[in-house]
Amino acid sequence: MATIFVDGERYEAKAGQNVLEAVLSQHLDLPYFCWHPAMGSVGACRQCAIVEYADENDERGRLAMACITSVRDGMRISIEAPYAAEFRTSVIEWLMENHPHDCPVCEEGGECHLQDMTVMTGHSQRRYRGTKRTWRNQDLGPFIGHEMNRCITCYRCVRFYRDYAGGTDLDAMGSRGRMYFGRVGDGKLENEFSGNLVEVCPTGVFTDRPFSSQYTRKWDLQSAPSVCPGCAVGCNIFPSERYGDLKRVHNRYHGEINGYFLCDRGRFGSHFVNDPARIRNAGTRARDDVFEARGVDAAMDALGKMLRDRKVIGIGSPRASVESNFALKSLVGRDSFCNGLADGEADLIALALDVHGRGGARIPTLSDVETADAVLVLGEDVLNTAPRVALSMRQAARGRALEMGSEAAIPGWQDAGIRGHAQGRLSPVFLATTLPTRIDDIATATFHATPADIARTGYAVAHRLDGDFAEGDAADEFVERVAAALGEAKRPLVVTGTGSAEPGVIEAAANIAWALRARGADPALLIAPHEANSVGAAMLDAGLSLDGALEAVRSGEADTLVVMENDLYRRAESARVDAALAAGAEVVVMDSMENATAQAANLVLPAAAYAECNGTFVNYEGRAQRFYQVFEPGGEIAPSWVWIQRAAQAAGRSDCAWSGIDDLVRACADGEPALAAIPEAAPAADYRSEADTRIPRQPHRYSGRTAMRADVNVHEPKPTVDDETPFSYSMEGQNTGRQPGSTVPYVWSPGWNSNQSVFKFQQEVGGSLSGGDPGARLIGTDGPNGADSACFRNPPAAFAGGDGVRLFPVHAIFGSDELSARSWPVASCSPPPYVVLHPEDARELGVEAGDGVRCDALSASAEVRIDAAVTRGAAACVVGLPGLPEPLPSEAVALSRDPDFPREAEIIAKG
Amino acid sequence: MDKPLTERIGQNGGQVVDIDAYEAGGGYAGARRALTTMTPEEVIDLVKDANLRGRGGAGFPTGVKWGFVPQGDAAGTGPKYLVCNADEMEPGTFKDRYLMTFDPHLLIEGVVVAAYAIGAERAYVFLRGEYFEPFRALEGAIADAAGRKYLGDGIFGGEFNLDLRLHRSAGRYICGEETALLNALEGKRAQPRLKPPFPPASGAWGRPTVVNNVETLCCVPAILRNGADWFRDLGLTDDAGTKIYGVSGRVNNPGLWELPMGTTIREIIETHAAGMRNGYKLRGLLPGGASTDFLVPEEHLDLPMDYGSIAAAGSRMGTGTMILMDDSICPVDMSRNLQHFFAQESCGFCTPCREGLPWLEELLTDIEEGRGTLEDIDILEKNGAFIGAPGNTFCLHAAGAIEPLQSALKYFRDDFEAHVREGRCPYRERKGDG
Amino acid sequence: MTTAGANEAVSGADLVETLSESEVAKIEAECAHLPDRQSAAIDALMIVQEHRGWVSDASLFAIARLLGMSAEALDAVATFYNRIYRQPVGRHVVMLCDSVSCYVMGADRLAEQVKAHLGIDFGETTPDDRFTLLPIVCLGACDRAPTMLVGEELVTDVEAGRLDDIFARFE
Ligand SMILES: Cc1cc2nc3c(=O)[nH]c(=O)nc-3n(C[C@H](O)[C@H](O)[C@H](O)COP(=O)(O)O)c2cc1C
Ligand code: SF4
Ligand code: FES
Repeated sequence: MATIFVDGERYEAKAGQNVLEAVLSQHLDLPYFCWHPAMGSVGACRQCAIVEYADENDERGRLAMACITSVRDGMRISIEAPYAAEFRTSVIEWLMENHPHDCPVCEEGGECHLQDMTVMTGHSQRRYRGTKRTWRNQDLGPFIGHEMNRCITCYRCVRFYRDYAGGTDLDAMGSRGRMYFGRVGDGKLENEFSGNLVEVCPTGVFTDRPFSSQYTRKWDLQSAPSVCPGCAVGCNIFPSERYGDLKRVHNRYHGEINGYFLCDRGRFGSHFVNDPARIRNAGTRARDDVFEARGVDAAMDALGKMLRDRKVIGIGSPRASVESNFALKSLVGRDSFCNGLADGEADLIALALDVHGRGGARIPTLSDVETADAVLVLGEDVLNTAPRVALSMRQAARGRALEMGSEAAIPGWQDAGIRGHAQGRLSPVFLATTLPTRIDDIATATFHATPADIARTGYAVAHRLDGDFAEGDAADEFVERVAAALGEAKRPLVVTGTGSAEPGVIEAAANIAWALRARGADPALLIAPHEANSVGAAMLDAGLSLDGALEAVRSGEADTLVVMENDLYRRAESARVDAALAAGAEVVVMDSMENATAQAANLVLPAAAYAECNGTFVNYEGRAQRFYQVFEPGGEIAPSWVWIQRAAQAAGRSDCAWSGIDDLVRACADGEPALAAIPEAAPAADYRSEADTRIPRQPHRYSGRTAMRADVNVHEPKPTVDDETPFSYSMEGQNTGRQPGSTVPYVWSPGWNSNQSVFKFQQEVGGSLSGGDPGARLIGTDGPNGADSACFRNPPAAFAGGDGVRLFPVHAIFGSDELSARSWPVASCSPPPYVVLHPEDARELGVEAGDGVRCDALSASAEVRIDAAVTRGAAACVVGLPGLPEPLPSEAVALSRDPDFPREAEIIAKG
Repeated sequence: MDKPLTERIGQNGGQVVDIDAYEAGGGYAGARRALTTMTPEEVIDLVKDANLRGRGGAGFPTGVKWGFVPQGDAAGTGPKYLVCNADEMEPGTFKDRYLMTFDPHLLIEGVVVAAYAIGAERAYVFLRGEYFEPFRALEGAIADAAGRKYLGDGIFGGEFNLDLRLHRSAGRYICGEETALLNALEGKRAQPRLKPPFPPASGAWGRPTVVNNVETLCCVPAILRNGADWFRDLGLTDDAGTKIYGVSGRVNNPGLWELPMGTTIREIIETHAAGMRNGYKLRGLLPGGASTDFLVPEEHLDLPMDYGSIAAAGSRMGTGTMILMDDSICPVDMSRNLQHFFAQESCGFCTPCREGLPWLEELLTDIEEGRGTLEDIDILEKNGAFIGAPGNTFCLHAAGAIEPLQSALKYFRDDFEAHVREGRCPYRERKGDG
Repeated sequence: MTTAGANEAVSGADLVETLSESEVAKIEAECAHLPDRQSAAIDALMIVQEHRGWVSDASLFAIARLLGMSAEALDAVATFYNRIYRQPVGRHVVMLCDSVSCYVMGADRLAEQVKAHLGIDFGETTPDDRFTLLPIVCLGACDRAPTMLVGEELVTDVEAGRLDDIFARFE
């Protein structure tokens, strides 16, 4: 620690920090542009000028840029000194020379850091008389808009996109007063994290294009703290609403998970909430498939009848909240409840929970991932299954550079200096995946094989580290290098997941972590499942597997099936699902979107999407996180658990009568030992701020409320009183940032209208939220080392080719996830169904890249891609896309050329 | 008078000094002495002792800079680099071109000694792209030197190896700034780097690197041959050695002369440049390139041209090549020309330089063309002060830009005000002669 | 071809030109003595420009591929430097010094005369593709100002009366 004096006041700061971080950590106001808390300093904008004094006797001092000045104990600086203040005003004046002043038509207006800094520095009179420069903008694809005239050349975009996220197709072009940030020509920004440009750019150059198409000012957006439904990482988000539409998703800072950045699946994957294919009414579907809206009461009558005196099976879902799953289980009873996970996936998650339960390896947060000093990825293409993890792995790879920097006495925030000094040297990162991935650029070495062979390789690494562990084989050199690198590391990390559908990779990853632990290291083990609540669903004690549930229905043992937020055709082979749904049982579906299962239901109930209800998801770390209702859904839409509550009542039951979400959370915690800690994830509805107020979902400048419904009725409806949460559906209340971190509905602070205001909500820059980072960990983060080398001793058999082709799953960030794939911006980037073949196999089938192949076992055709990294006799098949369901058959399948398959070029030609 | 930098050129009748002529004039003896009889530390001490200061503009003591380079294990693994800054793009500066074109071996010998002293096994001459004649001269000379084993492996039959390469710049003034130069050498955009780390700790490709100006390195061979005392004694004042001084503008004999460090401005202009051309009077001069403050004949003609004296007068010796402003030149328009250069050559990295300099150029254009106001002069002054204070901008490019402007406002303020008052440039009618 | 990624790059794949053997050989020779291939970016651009006069988008993509970098990263470099032309130029580039010593010696008036002589403004190329006129900063021959560079030839003490003779030497 160091003591510093700012304008005569004494503050504590961290030695080694830069002065800008130090003063912002004290919640003082000091303008800046180019510095970013996650990306360090480059000293380009010169906005953060302060006066630094040599000692107490120095009255003149000298100008210094806070972001590139290290904190020294006893240092004296001034923010207010006239010389510094005037210099900062001049910086804005310079930046404004060419800025178009188009705030009224700029999407950034009202949450623009440039506006804020302009006001803060007091520049208001234009003195520059010259002609402003103008640029041609580029078409950067469906996600990102481009308006270069607004650029103030802070270099943040390229520093994020290129340096932080590893993107290659955006750069700083030109020089002098003619700097251009863009591509060589039009084209979609390829990087999976491009959406962060919207938040990283301090003005309106890079904008959220889907948001622009249905635009609303920040001050008119209603938001609530939420959790991304896109994958199992559980990034925190601010979804925002106006006029009943979900408008956009912004990053919600979480010190241990997503930090400042989201992936594009999360950011652009929520537009399904507004989709025309939403189910909005309760109704019946007769066998002739015609849907008839029946109204809530009639539907409940029907449902009550279906439930009374009948054998009911309930299938929950890994994309529904813990609470709704628990409610369904309460309705049907443990023995009739299935958590809705595909059987293979359920086994894998159970295995993961078992491994974590044995302890010995930390379950890393993403900030832990960033500090790992060696990484091995075993079988999981995280960039496509848990994308935000890949961004953190990229930062871990930079660890070596930071270390070299510190050896050379270059401060950690001196970003360009460290990059220049380290010359691209990276910490060891080893990637063993079915196919090459788009983070292979950070890999020390890659290894491509079938999941079983990757598992065997993993076993071999563990054995190499500690001879007590079971042997594996394959890829000798790779094994040697991995074992050597992990063995030397202090904080090694093994990343795996359920994506390859191979239990062996999880077992092998666990063996490696334990072998490292046995050698005295502090290993971390990250196991990524697929969906937002995969872990939460798996933690419920359920009596039935999916197969068991389907079989019970098919066999007639059960005569009513309640399916909640789950398209069964994505979870089990179509034939089995068909057989169950056609067996004559009454089928009740609660869901937010039409899908094949809903099509087959007798009774359909409109379920709330994540942004329309309250609930808890449990992420890959076993962290229970509360997401809150952002807005009240229209029509008959209600949370699944409310439908269940109503159903129980209609059936004349006295149980399942929870008084609200808090009551349900408590019931769940009481009823499910594994979930006992979920109430700790967020405060109860009666929480009030220091001033005894609620927390407003609408910002203090929310406008036009009284006019919003004026076309319907000039009398303004009274805002709903929210009994379920501490939030108000109005501007009333206080969002000071001192409340628990889980209840921050947006960031906004006096003078700081943009997302940069987040530092006012943090304990210190880049640290935890002032009220603590959200979430309650349900599984031990550092349990006793109950594990030993006896756990996993049976590596899977090596892959052997045979007749036909074995299909292995691969995932697409845009397309494989069910809900985001139905968000139009994401859908527009989703690949066609494809399989990847070895060149020899393709030759034998007589197909070339771009041709189609037919797979009768899947009743589908897919586009052929060719990659020599695929093992002969094996093929990678993208899963989760329409027409290519998961899980894939476990036996080899026959493929044949599909002469009718349309080639992409033909599709384009036909428009 | 000793002229260690140019004596061979003189003896050769102004022709290129080839390797034979160079050796006949004592060439490569200094390097041979260093490499065969001295340790690197001894070479560094000798150069420190000689008080050689960098001729690239900043005047940093060369031996001290060399001494910052880690030696032995402390240097870590990988090559160290010596880079000769031959980018010479400072307007009004033409000394390095002359040395490289006419006596390329002098530079090569200096490079060999410097590389030996810091333990560099690779060296680059970072040569301005438009310098075609120097390129051809150096290209040939490097081949000749390698032929005699003065470059390459086992120089002078000893252990020391040096791989010297010519890198031709793709052109930007900022490439002359030493850290921008290193980025250019690495094939990147030539943006300056934040310091620390300084190049001797982490320079080209993250390795210890020394960047020296051409003339600086050309001074080294003679120091090795004749010793530190001899070199120090060459200077007339505190600064050591000789200096290539130059004059451009309306004088009778524009050109370059090697003279003792500390020769007065008057002697340079009146004796060597043979005074102003008939009909022209000297109004002011930029003593060492475009990025130095104006001096004026009324006050400064008798100043010795050395680092300390010129600094004391509020300017910098810079490159030692002066640009004379005669009485036909409008100081406002000349300032506009200078700001145009600096605005154009800004790398675009930091705000004050990228956005501030073009504004100054516009204001000067407005004043020159009769559209200026007194407030504009204030803005020039205030903004100039903000942009020009070292440390306010990312590198010293902008500070250099402001030196001629702030001094023009100081010495020629009447001219600026006259433009505003009269709504036109009072020099306009007089233009066109000359 | 990579298949696992989300979307294939909208890249310049169709735009890639083939570099000649001699261009590739020269670029490889530069790479050979550098710590990494990207470090040869500027050299490679200059080599291709020497062969083709300028660096087209197609050349840019080809060089980027050869050096294992993105076209964007390479263009960031190409667009920084004065001597790399991203637009076609004439057979001879005429660069007129506009820096201070030449200015003092009448470069502004000379510029008007040269423009009139060639019939083009700065940044333009004569219709016969013979000359492109560009400004240049100080050419380091200030004692013989005003100066200009035609192709690789430095011309000093330029006067309007000599322009015919000077340009006649360049076909
Ligand atoms: C904008 C700028 C341009 C420069 N241009 C040159 C140059 O063309 N040649 C040169 O030798 N030094 C130039 N310098 C100075 C170099 O940064 C550096 O100080 C010098 O090369 C060190 O060599 P020396 O110690 O031998 O003088 C420039 C500095 C700045 C700030
Ligand atoms: S586009 Fe935005 S982020 Fe990029 S340099 Fe310009 S203002 Fe900064
Ligand atoms: S924030 Fe400090 S210079 Fe930009």
